[in-house]
Amino acid sequence: MKIARRSFLSFLIGGAAGTALTPLPWKLTDDLSIWSQNWPWTPVPPKGAANQVNSVCSLCPGGCGITVRKIDERAVKIEGMDGYPGNDGSLCTLCLAGLQLLYGPSRVQAPMKRVGKRGEGRWQKISWEQALEEVTAKLSDLRAADAPETLVALLGSDRGTVPQLFNRFLTAYGSPNFFRTPSIQDTYELALFLMHGTRSMASFDIENSDFVLSFGSGMIDGWGSSVRMFKAKSKLRDANATVCQIETRLSNTAAKSDKWVSINPGTEAALALGLAHVIIKEARYNQDFITNYTNGFNKFQQLVLEQYSPSNVTMVTGIDPETITSLARSFASARHPLAICGRGQGATPGSLNEFIAVHALNALVGNINQKGGIWAMPEPDYIEWPDVPMDAVAANGMQKGRMDGAGSQNFPHSRYLLNRLPDMIHSGEATIGALMVIGSNPVHTLPDTPKVQTALDKIPYIVSLSSFMDETTQMADIILPNHTNFERYQDVPAPEGLPQPIIGLSQPIVEPQFNTRHAGDIIIQLAQSLGGNVAEALAWGDYETCLQETLGDKWDMLSEQGFWVDESFNIGAWGEAFETDSGKFEFTNAAINRLPLFNPINLDGSSSEYPLVLLPYDSMRISAGHIGNPAFLMKTIEDTVLKGNSGFVEINPQTAASLGLAQGAKAIISTPTGSAEVRVHHFDGIMPGVIAMPRGLGRTAFDKYVAHKGINVNGLIGAVEDPASGLDAAWGTRASLTKA
Amino acid sequence: MKEANKHSEMQKFGMVIDLDKCTGCGACMVACMAENNVPFQEDETDPLLSVKWMRVYKMTNGKPYPETDICYLPRPCQHCEGQHEGHSPCVSVCPATATDYDMATGIVSQIYTRCFGCRYCMAACPYHVRLFNWYDPIWPPGMEKMLNPDISVRMRGIVEKCSFCFHRYQLAKDQAYVEGRREIEEHEYQTACTQACPADAIVFGDLNNPSHLVHQLAQPDLKHHGKPKNPKAFRLLERLGTNPKIYYMSSKKWVRLAGDNYTREELNKKRT
Repeated sequence: MKIARRSFLSFLIGGAAGTALTPLPWKLTDDLSIWSQNWPWTPVPPKGAANQVNSVCSLCPGGCGITVRKIDERAVKIEGMDGYPGNDGSLCTLCLAGLQLLYGPSRVQAPMKRVGKRGEGRWQKISWEQALEEVTAKLSDLRAADAPETLVALLGSDRGTVPQLFNRFLTAYGSPNFFRTPSIQDTYELALFLMHGTRSMASFDIENSDFVLSFGSGMIDGWGSSVRMFKAKSKLRDANATVCQIETRLSNTAAKSDKWVSINPGTEAALALGLAHVIIKEARYNQDFITNYTNGFNKFQQLVLEQYSPSNVTMVTGIDPETITSLARSFASARHPLAICGRGQGATPGSLNEFIAVHALNALVGNINQKGGIWAMPEPDYIEWPDVPMDAVAANGMQKGRMDGAGSQNFPHSRYLLNRLPDMIHSGEATIGALMVIGSNPVHTLPDTPKVQTALDKIPYIVSLSSFMDETTQMADIILPNHTNFERYQDVPAPEGLPQPIIGLSQPIVEPQFNTRHAGDIIIQLAQSLGGNVAEALAWGDYETCLQETLGDKWDMLSEQGFWVDESFNIGAWGEAFETDSGKFEFTNAAINRLPLFNPINLDGSSSEYPLVLLPYDSMRISAGHIGNPAFLMKTIEDTVLKGNSGFVEINPQTAASLGLAQGAKAIISTPTGSAEVRVHHFDGIMPGVIAMPRGLGRTAFDKYVAHKGINVNGLIGAVEDPASGLDAAWGTRASLTKA
Repeated sequence: MKEANKHSEMQKFGMVIDLDKCTGCGACMVACMAENNVPFQEDETDPLLSVKWMRVYKMTNGKPYPETDICYLPRPCQHCEGQHEGHSPCVSVCPATATDYDMATGIVSQIYTRCFGCRYCMAACPYHVRLFNWYDPIWPPGMEKMLNPDISVRMRGIVEKCSFCFHRYQLAKDQAYVEGRREIEEHEYQTACTQACPADAIVFGDLNNPSHLVHQLAQPDLKHHGKPKNPKAFRLLERLGTNPKIYYMSSKKWVRLAGDNYTREELNKKRT
């Protein structure tokens, strides 16, 4: 049979029309989507009984109260605890994504021992008995060799029972080398010690202030206890208070302030002294406070009147004299003015002179120990343990003094100088026999990370107690994984800057998910197996007993309410606030003869080779601390900060044009410390000649969601030692940018 | 029947976002992801492929240093009322009735099992709130424990968007019924982003209820499709007539002007 072309086409068209008229294509489409919707690998969350647990988050130093929604034994959502001091019902990004850390792939699931080369990532799971046995053997050897002082412990904080157990362990063992992660807390403590005479932390009554003068502090970029600061900032807006931000780059805080004063990078102290000049010259200071409760004012007055006139300060800071004068007037005429400092989130301690200069402003307007002002909060004193029993080895080791020079003649009042260690290890000045790390991640967070890494490589034995496979843990020889903060009891005392003394209690919201142990138990067990006076010093059966005993009558309230506030605390009148030799506020401390000067911090490198200045900046969407971003946080990063695996550097369009760099162009950034390939993002809010990169990217550990994305800015910025304190005072570095 | 379903006598949930307070921290985005089982991929840096119901945009005023200014704008689904009640741009085009306008609450729904992924709604939505699942939702082993059972996980090949945390409304309603009430209080139904906002920039409630804060802040003119009477308040792309239920507030003129697609001439006229 022959099929004509015509009938063939009719057949096709007719067939198509016929099929279209039947329900067949629609039925098939429908079936297809029903089939695809039932693919078994799309998870179906199981149902169960809903319940809630309260706890306190210690992922960052903010210390916020949390309420966790659970379905049976599963924690499904972290929310802010209503009524908790500071965060009251709200949370920051990191904590909201906290369950991705708890259940995430970066957890260390069991004790592990390194089998490959260091940093290679080859591990062997071992039992807890074997792990503790091996660490005990190493520690016994060090002690037997009469070198107990070469054991170093590095923690995130020095407050609360867990850090203090480690400190106690170290003392009984014979090592004074306990460290905490550096931050502006170090500098604020030191400034308060010199000016107030007390070992204390700075408390800011931001909520009640009516004029906040911030020298680069990222009030809404994570400075202080971040959620509390967010709330305070909104409260200030409702109360029509003024926030003035002094910063080189238009940060979120600068943009959301009532006034943004752009300043040449690193010259904040000069501005503070210029403001003091105007306040003193126009006699706008608090006469009562200055005359009756301060010491050394004359010397201070002479200094600022001679050297820091607005026209002089203009040359340094680039701010015109009229702005300086009017700023000083509005600051001094406010009812509750408050000056704060510490750049960004406060990850770099900063220059002592700068903190002293800024704090002198608070003294001039007399808002110390006043509503809306600043006061020195005594360190928590609820840990009352008996004296550490010492033996000859311990006493001998403790006598050798700290290896970082803190407390020595050069830096008599500094407590922890971690930033000095890498150089000292390289030069052979410091020898470390063993390092224990917990809640700290120096390989990512310290300046000049390549140098830190090579320094760590020289340490013969590294024990990590991290819950996560972070950059430092990757370098470890043995890992004794701690429970995460969602699986353990722990006291969380005194979040940064809160106006009243509080203790929070972190409680397990779920059973431990893996074969981990509480760091408190680990250190007690190590002490027991070492025996002798070390075992005697940590004689508790387990950590929970130690915690309950230590908290005493506060325990009931803590476990019920989640926090304890010292209701008896009052800030005290001026007459009793200061414990200096003079009993008064010190403008210049005779003991170290330290005047609030502006000593520019000299950056490495020449300006001809490195014509630009690189500033690090902080973002709430990038966790820059010891913990890396969970996957949810990675989703919040803008594509002008990270695109694919490329990190961006912010540059003023004018500077970019002079370098021939288009938006999105690839470029090589070089600093005296290192170089990297970046992409360029044009941003009008950054000063010409200055470039900026976010902190917290360029991780090499954790999981595939965060690792190897962007550049770690800490790898490009070296530490600059503050001659006054020994702390790291670097606020940036010189840099050059060339087309790739 | 139609009269009985009329919106104005019912609830009309909406949001007021104070852009002066918003800090761009991203807590709303993360709270939303955690609440609503939003999936995540290894690379999330392509905004067209990255599924997030709440997205915070960064805007600048375009002026050179140091006159530059930044403002952040959180953008959930706008839950448009449309020219006539229920005529949201997406609802009108959905061939599968997978998305619908609820007269009782004013919420634009998305029924995942009805959606077959034609993406007409994505083309119709002027706010880019709708996102297509190009990939299978994969939680790493063990992490599926954090999934919220009140929300189903969306499969590859369908469109999803912000639901105003409708499951929270249902739970609050159930609770009220158990307690013998028929109405829910303002605080009983709040979205995850509102609850999380550390700057208290987001306010959520019933726009029809004068005792609710959203009503007092936005001052919606109910006779004119809820146009804000508060001079500081504006809605995105007001002139399209989509009548969204998200109101933004800003004391800055350049921010309010950025809320619509004005031509250069119009902008020059408005600025003076």
